[in-house]
Amino acid sequence: MIEVTKLSKKFDDTYVLKEVSTYFEKGKTNLIIGQSGSGKTVFLKCILGLFSPESGEIIYNKTPLSKMNSKERTKLRQDMGMVFQGSALFDSMNVEENIAFPMKMFTNTHIDEIRDRTNIVIKRVNLINANNKLPSEISGGMKKRVAIARAIIMHPNYLFCDEPNSGLDPNTAIIIDNLIQEITQEYQITTVINTHDMNSVMEIGEKIIFLESGEKKWEGTNKEIFNTDNKSISNFVYSSELFKKVRKIYAKENK
Amino acid sequence: MIKFIEHVGRYFIMLQKMLEKFTKFDVLWRLILREIDDLIIGSLGIVSLISFFVGGVVAIQTAINMENPLLPRYLVGFATRQTMILEFAPTFISIIMAGKVGSFITSSIGTMRVTEQIDALEVMGVNTYNYLIFPKVVAMTIYPFIIVISMFLGIFGGYFACVTGGFTTHTDFIDGLQLDFVPFHLNYAFIKTFLFAMILATIPSYHGFFMKGGALEVGKASTTSFVWTSVAIIIMNSFVTNLLLT
Ligand SMILES: Nc1ncnc2c1ncn2[C@@H]1O[C@H](COP(=O)(O)OP(=O)(O)OP(=O)(O)O)[C@@H](O)[C@H]1O
Ligand SMILES: [Mg+2]
Repeated sequence: MIEVTKLSKKFDDTYVLKEVSTYFEKGKTNLIIGQSGSGKTVFLKCILGLFSPESGEIIYNKTPLSKMNSKERTKLRQDMGMVFQGSALFDSMNVEENIAFPMKMFTNTHIDEIRDRTNIVIKRVNLINANNKLPSEISGGMKKRVAIARAIIMHPNYLFCDEPNSGLDPNTAIIIDNLIQEITQEYQITTVINTHDMNSVMEIGEKIIFLESGEKKWEGTNKEIFNTDNKSISNFVYSSELFKKVRKIYAKENK
Repeated sequence: MIKFIEHVGRYFIMLQKMLEKFTKFDVLWRLILREIDDLIIGSLGIVSLISFFVGGVVAIQTAINMENPLLPRYLVGFATRQTMILEFAPTFISIIMAGKVGSFITSSIGTMRVTEQIDALEVMGVNTYNYLIFPKVVAMTIYPFIIVISMFLGIFGGYFACVTGGFTTHTDFIDGLQLDFVPFHLNYAFIKTFLFAMILATIPSYHGFFMKGGALEVGKASTTSFVWTSVAIIIMNSFVTNLLLT
């Protein structure tokens, strides 16, 4: 469980986040949606502690991030997994080394056990025949899988994904979305995902927060999002013809 | 000016953080070995080549500018030795290294910054300063080894050019090499070299670590890093020379 209260963040003199408050529950896929530049990545990086906010608080299981000393922070970090917008794989290491990295770095686990754990997560994310390849030698979809595998190898309680399916074809995007949702339920993780993909919203939006120019304009579930009459969210959701049609069908079905 | 002071401050904070929370020893050790391979072993070829030929040129230039028969021929060997040990090997090679090693460091750390690899390390709880910069600093402590090779090959290049080109005889050159040898000059050269090595490891790291933007900016950062590293080396050189030789 993560709680965010009145989070504000500015760069130079412009506020990129304005008093955003919300909470994220365990075992659920929480989505942050909004246009490009609306502050999704900044929001996520504040929650992670990569950016320090001007005001507001982020509370992990009752402990505020700002009250943690560096030891507690390090401990929390090892309880987090993050999938970055561009995957952020270490390009000097092959797939297996990338995934095993957090374990080698922070545990004294025997090398054989690390290899076993690595192979388990590799299977879990359906990576086939890629163990010894370098990040530059695999496709975008595979990179995301590697990034997810690396994020979950330490069995974190918190998983953060920044646009996990950007740059992927619709099919692969759905597979990755479902993978994240399954993992979230299986390991009972608190998962927070940034996205601007309406497919993801429909597929896995158990809780959705809508950001517009740094402000939270709406909050709800994927069931509610198609029925809301909130102006900003309608503009966002129904910006494409396809979803305008979806709305009509939806309206008919629910009559 | 305020910007400059800000940079200097952040640079020293970076050095301090580098020594704070250490990475696991076996991981760190492997990183150090890789840096030695990249930064030191990878530079041997170019340094040897340049030293040998510049040594030769220095010797020939000295020889043809000393046509006056009153000047003894062994001065060629003497001048070559002094130039190589005092300035060419430590300073000139270090500036070439600011181009080679420096831009390599800046672009590799800079690429990790723009592709969010540094963020990824940080999220895992890694002290990125220690993980990325410390191994480079350790690897660069054996940089004086490169300079020894440079000194040796530079002098040998001078000898080779003079003797095969008929500018001096073998005995004249060797006599010159042995003339008035001051051991303290070697100490001076190695103190300098060591300080340059620390500059070469840390200033390019700083430029890579704190860069902003994308791939284009990585290139720009490498150039800026080269300029500042060279400037720092030259200033440090005049500072140390004033302190130790006068
Ligand atoms: N490090 C930074 N320094 C200054 N401004 C920044 C920085 N990072 C982000 N911003 C600004 O904050 C705003 C929000 O950016 P952010 O990256 O959070 O958008 P986003 O919603 O993630 O967009 P996208 O969907 O394109 O990834 C942008 O206007 C951006 O210019
Ligand atoms: Mg983003």
